Amino acid sequence: MSASHDHDHDHRHDDHEALVVEDDAGNLEGQIVIDALQSVLIARGLLTAPEVTREIQKLESPGIHLGARIVAKAWTDPDYKARLLENGKSAIEEIGIPVGEAQIVVVENTPTVHNLITCTLCSCYPRSILGQPPSWYISKAYRARTVREPRKVLAEFGTALAEDVDLIVHDSNADMRYLVLPEPPQDTGDRTPADLEPLVTRDRLIGVTR
Amino acid sequence: MTTRPVHGRRFAVGGLVTVLDLGKPGHVRIPYYVRGATGEVVQYCGTYLNPEDLAIGHTSGPAIDLYRVAFDQRALWPDESHPPRDRLIIEIYDHWLAPAAPQPAEPKTESPA
Repeated sequence: MSASHDHDHDHRHDDHEALVVEDDAGNLEGQIVIDALQSVLIARGLLTAPEVTREIQKLESPGIHLGARIVAKAWTDPDYKARLLENGKSAIEEIGIPVGEAQIVVVENTPTVHNLITCTLCSCYPRSILGQPPSWYISKAYRARTVREPRKVLAEFGTALAEDVDLIVHDSNADMRYLVLPEPPQDTGDRTPADLEPLVTRDRLIGVTR
Repeated sequence: MTTRPVHGRRFAVGGLVTVLDLGKPGHVRIPYYVRGATGEVVQYCGTYLNPEDLAIGHTSGPAIDLYRVAFDQRALWPDESHPPRDRLIIEIYDHWLAPAAPQPAEPKTESPA
């Protein structure tokens, strides 16, 4: 997507939010601003380049693998699952995953209930566990449509939800962050967590797939 | 359906509340689509600093109660077709809530974790 910006500036730029704004030379507008700001801060001795790199690494190190560990543990350990549903943050920290959010609310999918996560106001997401959200999660279309017509959105993700399965949409608008505990496979009993982790995808942890 | 406040909290789980429209500008965390709607408190989340204060650098304000409130999707979006038990749950700060009179025909048994 390349949005040309050589229009005359008769509108305010905060009227819209493009996810990726490149100029004709392929520069990212945001990147140019960040580079300039970073140069100034480093020149003034307020931060160093290694500090910036370290912070970026911290942002990028969480990922779906952490969500998969949590879910596989819950699928194979009923006591852990109970603790996870009771207090997500403490149960997640219990297995050595640091949680930056105030609280993680874990919502359980069952044969009769499906949970879908969204943030209509911005892009709230359990980042300390799953890392950065996919670009579509931040899009205005996803944010608006997941609350208004969530079943249509699910269908577009290939998730055909039967009418008798209740859908609960969670709008993470404030201080809580949400994680879906998907349904386990039938044969969980004989399988190890490591064996089950590959079954846990990002989309299942958000609830766009089941 | 009973509404028993706990430890000075205004609302108990199971209580019915209506979201106010305070008309505040700025960094409010209450989207328009729930303003004026009546729902059921499903969880008390603890106390948090008011994002409306935090956004303008006031980090020492009083912490306020936060609740998760569930709404029937059919009530939020009368123009869309939603199965009758589909719900939406969202967090609402105490000052955006008013008690709502109990309404008939609201068979709610489960409360999500």
